[in-house]
Amino acid sequence: MFEILSDRLSGIFGRLRSKGRLSEGDIDEVLGEVRIALLEADVNLNVVKEFQLAVKQRCLDAGIQKALNPAQQVVKSVNDELINVLGGDAMKFSYAEKPPTVILLAGLQGVGKTTSAAKLARWFKSQGRNPILVGADLQRPAAVQQLQTLAQSIDVPVFSNTGDPVETAKEGVLEAEHLGRDVVICDTAGRLSVDEEMMEEIQRISDSITPHYTLFVIDSMTGQDAVNVAEAFDEKLELDAMILTKLDGDARGGAALSAKSVVGKPIAFVSTGEKLEDFEQFHPDRLANRILGMGDVLTLIEKAEEAFDKDEAEKAALKLIGGQFTLDDFLDQMQQLKKMGPLQNLVEMMPDMPQGVDSSDIDDGHLIRLEAIIQSMTADERTVPVIIDGSRRSRIAKGSGTTAHEVGQLLKQFKEIKKLMKGQKKPNRKQRNKKKQGGKRKGGRTTPRISKDQDSISVPKEIEELVSQSDPKEFDLSKFGTLPEHDM
Amino acid sequence: MVNFSRQLTNTRKKFALFGKASHSRGIDDSIWIEIEETLIAADVGVSVSLNIVEKLKLESKSNGAKSLLELTGILKEQLVETLSGYDRTLVNDGNPSVWLFVGTNGVGKTTSIGKLANSIHKDGHSVVLAAGDTFRAGATEQLGLWAKRAGSQIVKGAEGADPSSVIFDATEFANARGIPLVIADTAGRLHTKKNLMEELSKIQQVAGKGPGSVQEILLVIDSTTGQNGLTQAAQFAEAVDVTGVVLTKLDGSARGGIIFAIQDQLGIPVKLVGIGENLDDLVPFDAEAFVDALFETKA
Repeated sequence: MFEILSDRLSGIFGRLRSKGRLSEGDIDEVLGEVRIALLEADVNLNVVKEFQLAVKQRCLDAGIQKALNPAQQVVKSVNDELINVLGGDAMKFSYAEKPPTVILLAGLQGVGKTTSAAKLARWFKSQGRNPILVGADLQRPAAVQQLQTLAQSIDVPVFSNTGDPVETAKEGVLEAEHLGRDVVICDTAGRLSVDEEMMEEIQRISDSITPHYTLFVIDSMTGQDAVNVAEAFDEKLELDAMILTKLDGDARGGAALSAKSVVGKPIAFVSTGEKLEDFEQFHPDRLANRILGMGDVLTLIEKAEEAFDKDEAEKAALKLIGGQFTLDDFLDQMQQLKKMGPLQNLVEMMPDMPQGVDSSDIDDGHLIRLEAIIQSMTADERTVPVIIDGSRRSRIAKGSGTTAHEVGQLLKQFKEIKKLMKGQKKPNRKQRNKKKQGGKRKGGRTTPRISKDQDSISVPKEIEELVSQSDPKEFDLSKFGTLPEHDM
Repeated sequence: MVNFSRQLTNTRKKFALFGKASHSRGIDDSIWIEIEETLIAADVGVSVSLNIVEKLKLESKSNGAKSLLELTGILKEQLVETLSGYDRTLVNDGNPSVWLFVGTNGVGKTTSIGKLANSIHKDGHSVVLAAGDTFRAGATEQLGLWAKRAGSQIVKGAEGADPSSVIFDATEFANARGIPLVIADTAGRLHTKKNLMEELSKIQQVAGKGPGSVQEILLVIDSTTGQNGLTQAAQFAEAVDVTGVVLTKLDGSARGGIIFAIQDQLGIPVKLVGIGENLDDLVPFDAEAFVDALFETKA
C-alpha cells in the first residue's frame, strides 16, 4: 500500500546518498521533492507544509553538515518526523473498571465501519473478551443484516432494534449488561461531516451511551479532505483513535498521516484484507519505515553508527590515502562490520540489494575464513603483503584451515581495494561535470578538494567518501569475497 | 432530473478563492501558488494542477487579465473546456442492454444503482436489477430494498454464487419479459486483487453471451478518493471496458478533483454524479457546476 510513496522517497534518497556533503540548498531541494511525493500520497497540503518545516529544523538541529554521513541524516530526519507525525507506540486499550467497555464507531459512508465492527469484535474475542455488537446503522438498507451475518461467523451476538438509532444504542448497552458481555461495539450509519442533522444524531448516540472509546473509521484511499472530515467528527465526538481501512489496496496512506497529524489522535488498528482476521494493531514506527521504503535501513544506520568509531574510521581513511592501509586495518574493518550482526541480516535490511546478490548466498563463514587467513599471517606479512610467496601462502593456508587459492584470492582483492582507493574513486557524473566547468573557469585547475559551497564543510573529499563507507549502500560485499560470482 | 448546480450550491456557501472581497485583487505571484494549492486541496493532483496553472499563466498573459476576477473567469472556462468534448449519454439499445457497475469497496455502487433504477422507473421505463454482489454480507438484501423502492424487479443468486451467472440469468429474465435494461451490481473489489479483477473480466464476457449486450461499464468513484483514484480507474479499465465514471458523495466536503486526471489520462468521462441521499440525487454530470464547486468553500 505505501509502496508507491516508498518508491518515490527511496528514489530521492538514493540520489542523496551519492552526495558527500549537503548544503542548505540541497536540503531545500530534497524537501521540495519530498513535498511532491507526500502530496501525491494524499498527505494534506497543510500537513505537508508543516512536515517540510519540521524536517528542515531537525536537519539543522542535527548539524547536518557535520554529520557522519549527511545524506543519511536527512533520511533519518524525515523518518523521525514521520514517526512523530504518525504517533509513537501502538495504542493500548484499557478496559472499564465496571464493564462493559463501550466502543462507538463513526465515519463517512463506505469507509468500512460495519466490517471493522466485526473485525474489532473478533479481535476483542482473541484478547479473551466477550464482545457484543450493536447495529445502530438503521439508515443503510440491510446494514444490520450485514452485521449479523459477519457476527454469526465469529459467534458474537448482535443487538439491534428498528426505529431510533439513539434508543437502539442505549438498549444495546443495557443488553450487554444483561448478558454479561464486557465489550460493546456500536456500529453507526455512515454520515457526511457536513450533514448537520446526522452529525447531531451521532452526538446524541454518543451522549446516550458515553463510550469509553470513540473510534473514527477512515478509508486509506481518502484524499485531501480526510483532515476536514476527521476534524468535524472530532469536534462533535472527541475521537480517541482511528481505524484505517482498506490498507490492502495500493493507496499511499497519506490520509492517515494527515488525520493523525491534525486531529492528534492515534491510529489504533489497520484493516488489511477482506477476511475478518485481516485486522491488526497499528505500529507507527514500522509503518514509517515502510513509507520510506528503507527496508530497515534505519536500523542499519544505527548499527553502523554504533559499530564504527568515527575517529577510527577517519584514521583508517587517512592511512588508506597515504597508502599505509594494511591487512591489519582491513581486519579491523571486517571486525567492525561483524559487530553489526550477521551479514545476511544486514543485506536483508538493504532497500535494494546489490545486483546478483541473494541474501541466502551470504554467510558469515566467508568473513570468518578471511579473518582466519589474516590472523595466520605474521606482522610483517600483514604490513607488506607482497612478501607473501608460494611457501608463505601454503603456510598461511594450513594455519587458517583454508586453501592456498583462498589466500591468493584475499591478497588479490586486498590489492584491488588499495589500488581502487588510492587511485581515487570515480566521481559521479554530476561532480565530474562540475569539475570540468570549474577547470575551464579557473584555467585548467581541476583539483576537486576545495569546496565552492560556503555551506558545506571542508573535510577532504577522500576522507568523506571513505567515512561514507558506513553508508550501507556503499558496502561492496564483493570485497569480502562473498558474492556468488567469485569462485571460492 | 434535479438541477445539479442548484443542489450543490445548497451545501456550499462561501467562496474560498473567489470571494467577493478578493475580486478586486490584482494578479501577483502568490496568486498562482494559491490557485495551485486550491486545486491540490481539491484532489486534482500535483502534476495536473501545475499544468492547469501553467496554461492559465499563458492564457491570462495573452488575454491581458488584470484582476483575480478576470483570472477566475479564464480558469473556469479552461477547466470546463478540459472536461468537455465527451459523450456522456448512457447507451441503451440492446436486447436487453446491460449496465455494469464496478468499483472498490464502499464507493456507493449499490446505492447508485438504486437511485438510477428509481429515476428510470420514474421516467416510465422498466429495468431489471441483477444482484451480482454475492460476496458482501447483506448486499443482495440491500439491492432488494432498493429494487422495491424503485419499483423494479431483481434477479438474485445465493450468497457466494457465481456473479457472472447471476447477471447472465438477469439478461435472460429481462429478455423473456421484454425489459430493455439490466443494471448489474458487482462486489466491491480493490483493484490490486488480481483474481477479483479477473473475475470482473469474466463477468463482462459472460454478461454478453446471452441475449444481453454490455453497453455501459460504470466505474463508481467516491469523491473523497485521493490520488489513488487514478490507479483505481487504470486498473479497472484494464480489466473491463469502462465507459464512464459515476462520481458519488459529491454532497460531502470532498470535491472529486481526481476526475481530471482520470479523463485526461484514460479518456474516461464522468457520466453521473451522486449529490445527496435522496432517491433522485443521482444526476447527469454538469462540467460547469462541477468546476464551480471545486473552488467553493463548503458550509
